[in-house]
Amino acid sequence: MARFLPGDSVTVRWTFPPGHIRTPYYIRGKSGEITQVLDAFANPEELAFGRDGLPKQPLYRVRFAQNRVWPDYSGMVGDTIDVELYEHWLEPEDA
Amino acid sequence: MTIRSEGSVLDHYQAMELAVSELLIEKGYFTEEDMVAEIDAMAKRTPEIGASVVARAWTDANFKERLLADGTAACESIGLDMGPTRLMVVESTNTVHNVIVCTLCSCFPRMLMGIPPDWYKSENYRSRVVREPRAVLKEFGTELPDSVAVRVHDNTADMRYLVLPHRPKGTEGMSREALAKLVTRDSMIGVAIVEAPGRKGQDRYA
Repeated sequence: MARFLPGDSVTVRWTFPPGHIRTPYYIRGKSGEITQVLDAFANPEELAFGRDGLPKQPLYRVRFAQNRVWPDYSGMVGDTIDVELYEHWLEPEDA
Repeated sequence: MTIRSEGSVLDHYQAMELAVSELLIEKGYFTEEDMVAEIDAMAKRTPEIGASVVARAWTDANFKERLLADGTAACESIGLDMGPTRLMVVESTNTVHNVIVCTLCSCFPRMLMGIPPDWYKSENYRSRVVREPRAVLKEFGTELPDSVAVRVHDNTADMRYLVLPHRPKGTEGMSREALAKLVTRDSMIGVAIVEAPGRKGQDRYA
């Protein structure tokens, strides 16, 4: 059961665990909007160490406004970056 | 190992790769023949496969709708082998331009385009296209008007992305086969746009 729905505002956790992490550094601590709920997938952070990756983690596509990701962004206001993020990396934006 | 040239000096990662693949073969996870067959299969995949998918989407509204809704299922329905990863197709229009990257490594829609170009795997492209996509696109000769939003897609997890380029003006009435020839690898990554024959640079966003 996915915790977030399309349209929800979320913030990526500001945390730096060691290991095989699929959450890019540049997006940690940034806020964006869920655009799509994908299936649940085995957690790659666990799979990388030969474990089963269960329970599966819902995966989301999250859209970030570029000017919220990079304070000095030089492009246009409507420019965005979409990143796939697993649920355990996301929190409600105002939490 | 028969697939490597004799006498070459290995760097750290090549030595690691060799050691790991030899261990996996020794432990029976797969055979050397399996590995050679997989490398062969990978080398046979080229961007022409992706181009044929794009041309079909441009000429078959029903296929396009299915492709955007579920890229994996739509491609499998026309007989393409999609392998273990899933496909997400993002459509560029006259108001949105999509570009793909994998900032963490080199994830790429190999099932439709084969092996990624070296620049796609470079630190330069991976670090800059997320931060200053318009400047990077310009270096590829792709200048976008301010009215077109740039949407970068970072292949971080389980989906692989393919850009469905904006079909250029002046291609009405062209056959699917002729259209497919216009569609380049770079346009499906999103660093280039597709141009109609003889209309290079003309009012493509009009």
